[in-house]
Amino acid sequence: MIGGLFIYNHKGEVLISRVYRDDIGYVFQDVVGWRNAVDAFRVNVIHARQQVRSPVTNIARTSFFHVKRSNIWLAAVTKQNVNAAMVFEFLYKMCDVMTAYFGKISEENIKNNFVLIYELLDEILDFGYPQNSETGALKTFITQQGIKGQTKEEQSQITSQVTGQIGWRREGIKYRRNELFLDVLESVNLLMSPQGQVLSAHVSGRVVMKSYLSGMPECKFGMNDKIVIDKQGKGGASDDAGKSGKQSIAIDDCTFHQCVRLSKFDSERSISFIPPDGEYELMRYRTTKDIILPFRVIPLVREVGRTKLEVKVVIKSNFKPSLLAQKIEVRIPTPLNTSGVQVICMKGKAKYKASENAIVWKIKRMAGMKESQISAEIELLPTNDKKKWARPPISMNFEVPFAPSGLKVRYLKVFESKLNYSDHDVIKWVRYIGRSGIYETRC
Amino acid sequence: MPAVSKGDGMRGLAVFISDIRNCKSKEAEIKRINKELANIRSKFKGDKALDGYSKKKYVCKLLFIFLLGHDIDFGHMEAVNLLSSNKYTEKQIGYLFISVLVNSNSELIRLINNAIKNDLSSRNPTFMCLALHCIANVGSREMAEAFASEIPRILVAGDTMDSVKQSAALCLLRLYKTSPDLVLMGEWTSRVVHLLNDQHMGVVTAAISLITCLSQKNPDEFKTCVSLAVSRLSRIVSSASTDLQDYTYYFVPAPWLSCKLLRLLQCYPPPEDGAVKGRLVECLETILNKAQEPPKSKKVQHSNAKNAILFEAISLIIHYDSEPNLLVRACNQLGQFLQHRETNLRYLALESMCTLASSEFSHEAVKTHIETVINALKTERDVSVRQRAADLLYAMCDRSNAKQIVAEMLSYLETADYSIREEMVLKVAILAEKYAVDYSWYVDTILNLIRIAGDYVSEEVWYRVIQIVINRDDVQGYAAKTVFEALQAPACHENMVKVGGYILGEFGNLIAGDPRSSPLVQFNLLHSKFHLCSVPTRALLLSAYIKFINLFPETKATIQEVLRCDSQIRNSDVELQQRAVEYLKLSSIASTDVLATVLEEMPPFPERESSILAKLKKKKGPGAVSVTELEDSKREGGELNGGGDRGPDTSAMSASNAVSRHSVTSNLSYVFQSTPSPSADLLGIRSSAPAGTAPASAGNLLVDVFSEAGPAAPSAAVNDDGFLSSAPPSEDPAPPLSEADELLNKFVCKNNGVLFENQLLQIGIKSEYRQNLGRMYLFYGNKTSVQFASFTTSVSCPGELQSHILSLNVQTKQVEPLVEGGAQIQQVLNIECLTDFSDAPLLNIKFRYGGALQNLTLKLPVTINKFFQPTEMSSHDFFQRWKQLSQPQQEAQKIFKANHSMDTEVLKAKLLGLGTALLDNVDPNPENYVCAGVIQTKGQQVGCLLRLEPNAQAQMYRLTLRCSKDSVSRRLCELLAEQF
Repeated sequence: MIGGLFIYNHKGEVLISRVYRDDIGYVFQDVVGWRNAVDAFRVNVIHARQQVRSPVTNIARTSFFHVKRSNIWLAAVTKQNVNAAMVFEFLYKMCDVMTAYFGKISEENIKNNFVLIYELLDEILDFGYPQNSETGALKTFITQQGIKGQTKEEQSQITSQVTGQIGWRREGIKYRRNELFLDVLESVNLLMSPQGQVLSAHVSGRVVMKSYLSGMPECKFGMNDKIVIDKQGKGGASDDAGKSGKQSIAIDDCTFHQCVRLSKFDSERSISFIPPDGEYELMRYRTTKDIILPFRVIPLVREVGRTKLEVKVVIKSNFKPSLLAQKIEVRIPTPLNTSGVQVICMKGKAKYKASENAIVWKIKRMAGMKESQISAEIELLPTNDKKKWARPPISMNFEVPFAPSGLKVRYLKVFESKLNYSDHDVIKWVRYIGRSGIYETRC
Repeated sequence: MPAVSKGDGMRGLAVFISDIRNCKSKEAEIKRINKELANIRSKFKGDKALDGYSKKKYVCKLLFIFLLGHDIDFGHMEAVNLLSSNKYTEKQIGYLFISVLVNSNSELIRLINNAIKNDLSSRNPTFMCLALHCIANVGSREMAEAFASEIPRILVAGDTMDSVKQSAALCLLRLYKTSPDLVLMGEWTSRVVHLLNDQHMGVVTAAISLITCLSQKNPDEFKTCVSLAVSRLSRIVSSASTDLQDYTYYFVPAPWLSCKLLRLLQCYPPPEDGAVKGRLVECLETILNKAQEPPKSKKVQHSNAKNAILFEAISLIIHYDSEPNLLVRACNQLGQFLQHRETNLRYLALESMCTLASSEFSHEAVKTHIETVINALKTERDVSVRQRAADLLYAMCDRSNAKQIVAEMLSYLETADYSIREEMVLKVAILAEKYAVDYSWYVDTILNLIRIAGDYVSEEVWYRVIQIVINRDDVQGYAAKTVFEALQAPACHENMVKVGGYILGEFGNLIAGDPRSSPLVQFNLLHSKFHLCSVPTRALLLSAYIKFINLFPETKATIQEVLRCDSQIRNSDVELQQRAVEYLKLSSIASTDVLATVLEEMPPFPERESSILAKLKKKKGPGAVSVTELEDSKREGGELNGGGDRGPDTSAMSASNAVSRHSVTSNLSYVFQSTPSPSADLLGIRSSAPAGTAPASAGNLLVDVFSEAGPAAPSAAVNDDGFLSSAPPSEDPAPPLSEADELLNKFVCKNNGVLFENQLLQIGIKSEYRQNLGRMYLFYGNKTSVQFASFTTSVSCPGELQSHILSLNVQTKQVEPLVEGGAQIQQVLNIECLTDFSDAPLLNIKFRYGGALQNLTLKLPVTINKFFQPTEMSSHDFFQRWKQLSQPQQEAQKIFKANHSMDTEVLKAKLLGLGTALLDNVDPNPENYVCAGVIQTKGQQVGCLLRLEPNAQAQMYRLTLRCSKDSVSRRLCELLAEQF
């Protein structure tokens, strides 16, 4: 169980500290107790000589779980053997909640909203156990506005809502236009050898939904999950799969929002739920098979003597020509003893960034099935160091308007029996965005 | 150093540094540094020439980046270039970079060395100083190799500037410290000594550091420095505070130099030259006098400087240890400091006093401060000072004040810091033992110690109490009483239980008379602690219980009940289980007599160095122990070392010995032989423990657990001297017959037969032996028809038999003086074997036959093998014992030609007649004969193993004997060689 939660700025100063359990203080055997836990984290993680890469740090039998948002560190501290995944889930949730309340997480914003943050912490963590952290639900009783004169009914509604079965949605929501937005957001990760062999690749994706629906609608979400398609194929409607042309995808693992009925998913593999109002993340998933790699990077590095290096990089786009990739950025690392760089590229802009020891090549837009190349001459300063340059991989960033995993939304049905609108009356929007995660090619 | 002008301030560097300092995050800092590094790289690119200023600026930036913790792998060349610049600032930055970032890169080192050489040979003192500083800062072996010969030259050259000399001296010192083998002594050494006379005080100060270091390695070469140092010291000490100008520090003339001089003098014995010595004593007196003067300034620096000199002077006085007057004065001076406000001074005073206390001249003087020191121990706030006070109390302790000091230390122990408790405990234990006049006081003290600080009482401490209690019978009763009382406390420390268990087990009977401490009360008290103790303590308590059974038979039933219960007899700990089982059996099977023998009181321990002292020495290291103790330890060095080697490497023999000592008496050793346990190593007794039977029993073939062998037995038998011989013969007995030996040999393997026969007389013999006793019937037959008149016989023991320690005790009954013709008279001899022997007793027979005196001396066929007890054993046992008797002197071997037939049956009969058991199926070769037996003497039993290997072709035998006593092996071998 989480013993305490601290928020630090980049200097290691504590902005927020909330202690839920006394035990984290005792470790340090001091009267001031947790102050030492605070200091321990600052000294050993924030101000550490080497970069601390592990998100979990153990100091004096106390575990510190941290996440970093821009310059802000969130650290959960515990002395017990907790479920680390749970703690991180909570920390991310905490970030989401804060973002939902006051926008970007920055030192300024945290300082301006510290009362609110304490109020939120009181609500979402009880004695170190995470409670309801649903933004929509929280917003109903933790408000930034002054206290509205609430009627008795409204107050009783809060109670029943917080304690009720469906904690994430209040009753009596009404919209004139019933609308919902579905975003499939994926990030594709790749490590490729210089010869073009895929060493590792996976896609982690999220289905994010924004719903503006009246009443308590029951929704059903369908996608081209391999298991479902195969079952249907066996069941009789075999032409359905054949008609779509696109094969189904194998999902390695997935997690759902708490609103999804897991029992139903387990038995029928169908995703049915009563959605929260507003924006939320319906599911998260990961696939590793049959990934569409949007770009291929072909590097060519030649060392000309001790003082010169020639680099040529070709990128090829590998998707339908009608689609456009955006925000393409290729980062070519340079040796540490670079003393000068000349770059020629056909498309986009390329620049040597000394502060990052890399050549950064940016292309605004690029259609599918095209290719482009850059060549650079790097001058080197002879050094006494006999160490050979380690040749870090070339990395890439981009955004494409399709799902690299191949996921397709087949349907999203809405049923509301009490109110008089049907599935057809709901306006639905679906969007696919594929982004690069760690997309690297060795050179 | 030339002032840095404003224009030289390197704006770029300042901007860069402020940029870095303004970075919000580590990432930003790294980005800024990467950018700067790329910039410098592009600047250092070969094609452009940089001016000195920018080179210096960039090298500075690199240095700064390096100091921030980033790797720098370029720019070395530029830095080396800076070395050859003529501008001081550029050169300085170059040297700075080199001394911080130099690595053993071969080409650069050559360039750097070249630049340094140039600077050293330049006439510019600042450049020379820079170069010297660089050498000293790097101080690597390469540097030493390159410049170790150069620097002494600079140091002693006549035209070198003072500041350069200073640097050179310190640089040489540094090189000498890193690689002493490269700094060669030479003719410069004598000239270095004369630097002590230099006009410039700075040079003297630098040189003296060098000389002190050098003289520690080669004291003889620098002997001359003593007189120079003394004269220098006296000049400083006697100078007025204003004389030395720059070198006067808060009214104290040259304090650093004085301290260093005094420290140098501590490297040498007192000067032999009377004049020098007088001058030195005068100096020391002056220093002591000055300490009494009122301070010239209230500033702390003034008193610090003054005290620094004073303390150095005092340690010099202590080092000389020959001026009682000075020692006492020093002691008094330190006494004043004991109550000083300044904590550091109190600490130093206590520390110095510790060393003073060990000097015979000042010991008494130190003792006068006892009250102050005790006070310091009680009231001092600083733990390190308290520690010193405890040390001093320990050092100043002697017979006169031991009681007071030990009492004070004990009372302090209750509140003492945890860090020093263990040491305090050891000290108390040592003092209590060392100065104990009254052992009841000692026992009280140690028991108190265990009560107060049981956790800190190491094993050695309570071992020692037991050793002392066992060795002093005057305190045993008191100890038992005190322990009994101490154990009555509801919570007592485990160490107390151990001591209690041991002492009550040994001496519980001494207090059993009192109904309050009746045996059963004692037992219940001990047993109430049993369940709270660890395994070794429980094991000890079990031994105590079995001893109780011996001491108080009335507790037998209770104790057997305890031993029988499942928690003992089925204990999961093997040691405890074994003890419970064995003790239970022992108590139920053995008779009270046997029990009394087995569970005898422990024999006294040999006097030896206190193991506690050894432990303290180990703990503090040899340096921390006062001189007297060191001398003590030298005297007892052998013992000390011996004490160290106890433990797991002791042989099985001594392990069993230790086990037996631990539990009951040594007679039980055989029982325990198979279980040497770690907890058995009680008291750290070495294998030379007084239980003399241990080695014998280890080699003993007998499984005779309850035999009454004791080391004291042989001497007791001396009293039987009077029974030894029959009436003295009227005339000297004749020398033994020439054939006596042959006659003797006939009887080695048989007990009956005709011993001697001539025309007149026939002597028949019939004998029987049991254990160490024998009875021999002699039949004297008169073969003639004439009577023998005044027939007397006497038995005497020749050689070693006659010596004070008798091997054989032969009692004879006098025979009738008249033997009728044709008649036969009988005489009975009772023989007791006391120890092993080699020569047979002599039988002298005198009678008158027809007026002529017949004088006849024969050897009685009593040989050592007569006392054999046959021992049956398996092949495995035989060879195991055979191996145990592997010492070369224990074995006797002989290869000889067969005198008689080699018939198997005959041989077997002979071997059986020998008294040993003939063992079949032991030797892998069926031709060989193997026998085993034990020779029973009164004093001891000697196990013997015999192996006879006949070789029928060669008509030869090989006989091998192994006995636990080497003389027996030899004798038996001689005897048996004649038989086959």
